[in-house]
Amino acid sequence: MTAWSTLQADMANEGYVASDDLAMALHIALSLGRPLLLEGAAGVGKTEVARVLSALRRTDLIRLQCYEGLDAAHAIYEWNYQRQLLAIRASAEQGETGRVVESRIFSEEYLLERPLLRAIRQKVPPVLLIDEIDRADEEFEAYLLEVLSDFQITVPELGTIQAVSRPIVILTANGTRDLSDALRRRCIYTYVDYPERAAELAILNARCPAIEDRLSAQIVGFVQAIRREELEKTPGIAEMLDFAAAVSGLGIADLNEDPAVLGATLATLLKTRADRDAVPLEVAQRLAGKAA
Amino acid sequence: MSRVTRFAARDTGPAARMAGFMAHLRSHGLNLGVGACEDALAALTCVEAARPEDARRALRAVCAGTQEEAAGFDALFDAYWMSGGRVREKAVPTKTPKREQRSSEFSDQGASGGEGKAESPETDPGAEAMEMDGEGRLVASRAANLMKKDLRDIVSASDIRAAEKVAARLGAALRDRRSRRRKAAAKGQGMDFRRVVRRSLATGGEPLRLYRKTRPDRPMKIVALVDVSGSMTVYARPFLAFLAGLMRADPNADAYLFHTRLVRIAAALRDEDPMRALNRLTLLADGFGGGSKIGAALEQFAKGHARGSVDGRTVVMVLSDGYDTEPASRTAAALERVKKRGAKVIWLNPLKGWRDYAPVAGAMAAALPHLDMFAPAATLEDLAGLAPALEGL
Repeated sequence: MTAWSTLQADMANEGYVASDDLAMALHIALSLGRPLLLEGAAGVGKTEVARVLSALRRTDLIRLQCYEGLDAAHAIYEWNYQRQLLAIRASAEQGETGRVVESRIFSEEYLLERPLLRAIRQKVPPVLLIDEIDRADEEFEAYLLEVLSDFQITVPELGTIQAVSRPIVILTANGTRDLSDALRRRCIYTYVDYPERAAELAILNARCPAIEDRLSAQIVGFVQAIRREELEKTPGIAEMLDFAAAVSGLGIADLNEDPAVLGATLATLLKTRADRDAVPLEVAQRLAGKAA
Repeated sequence: MSRVTRFAARDTGPAARMAGFMAHLRSHGLNLGVGACEDALAALTCVEAARPEDARRALRAVCAGTQEEAAGFDALFDAYWMSGGRVREKAVPTKTPKREQRSSEFSDQGASGGEGKAESPETDPGAEAMEMDGEGRLVASRAANLMKKDLRDIVSASDIRAAEKVAARLGAALRDRRSRRRKAAAKGQGMDFRRVVRRSLATGGEPLRLYRKTRPDRPMKIVALVDVSGSMTVYARPFLAFLAGLMRADPNADAYLFHTRLVRIAAALRDEDPMRALNRLTLLADGFGGGSKIGAALEQFAKGHARGSVDGRTVVMVLSDGYDTEPASRTAAALERVKKRGAKVIWLNPLKGWRDYAPVAGAMAAALPHLDMFAPAATLEDLAGLAPALEGL
């Protein structure tokens, strides 16, 4: 058994069914100590990779959720201004000199760590998940490149903080905007696609072992059929699991048993009005009938 | 070197072969740096490199950077490592998507090469080079409009002066809007605590002086694409004046004309003398008043110039009536591409001001979902009136 298929098996034990490509990319990223860039549609389990990896390695998962306008104060560090002000007042009453006060309030004690700084100061290398990097601005992407190549952060008042250990970095992107070539070049890349039927069945069995084989085959077949329809928002794996939970929660053993139940549970798969209109109940019933 | 797969007898070792593979990938458009070869070799040491499927997956993870590259990687891998010494052309399937894209890129480059010739004003044969451009000639005859127009007859110097003011106002509107929104999103971060705390040391911890943080004023870059096909001729005067004014008012702006082709006119319009600028433009705008290929022009823009110049701080302004001889889906796909770069897309349509106007033209209807703003504009006054709307964009 090769190293990467061992990793794949380990991930399966944690309840994550990884494709060969994904397992290999992850193995290479871990071996070379490089960041892994996962791209793919929403809900195909990109974020989950980081969670499973941190469980496998028994380390912390540090997550940085990106959004438009994310700045250094939220991503790297911030001084604890309230405490600083209080300390200055207190020391003024004790009659300390300015220099002593200054060196005290600009010490690590008053530094608030944000995800990036926290990630490089852990003794055990943590998993650093930088989620939806394409939502952050271009400037932040450029800054991130710097951190990811040097693993050091400079705080003007303190000096440069070197990484204690190199975190395992996983970046995810949805394709909101194109990422820069520089970032892509620095990362190990893999595209996470919607799973094949067999893989999806394995995922469902791993997550919801209570569902009977026949029903789970029906559920997966039905969701795969829905994905082939022209939809605005194609249901991902998370939606499939919601759907399975809804169906089994309602206690039916066959998707074709009750059209009303099918219609009600469709709400877990189709999330826009246009999509609901695109798959009316009759179409859903026909797809469910074929999925058996 | 990448043309022929090496024979085993002439093999110079794995490192050289990997370097050859990297050259092979680069020649197919993958963006690989100098370190890529080292990474690839390092990656092979942590898998069982003797197993082709493992090696393929490992190299794909290291070398591919986008979804398209990952999808096209298999064919490239096979061609280099699995061809058993055959010449590449035989081994590569001729119709892989990657190769199609490359060939279209080449034709784009060819077209822009033609423009490059025409852009230099002293070489008059520039205009001939345009006519020899196969694509242009085909469409010109189809549109049956070979009339030559001197743009100086259309636009006057006073027009340009007026347009400069309008363009400056629009630029200012975009600038202000951007910075204002960033402030509101910053959740009361107006105070520069860092300075407040540091300076309060001097007053015994009493923050007597409050310092504020202002967000940097970041201008939006305007990229204007103007349709000068036959149906738009009557509106050419305000629009060309606007372009000329825009170029003179804003050093970051960029401008293109399109009819059956896309022509970059920013350099010509920056000429010190506004009338000489128009003269240079006349040379470039050969085909003015002819047929329109909006889809092709936008696609050329999206795949070419936009990749270098359009980012999240760009407003792409299309001035066109939306009458197109191309399938509408092409326009929609091109706009989607531009949009994906993070830019705002504004479409100004002179016809929209008409009573009972509905965007029935195929290209216009297809473009609508991708637009941030769809507004009427037929005169300079209309353009000037856009300023408040742009602020609220």
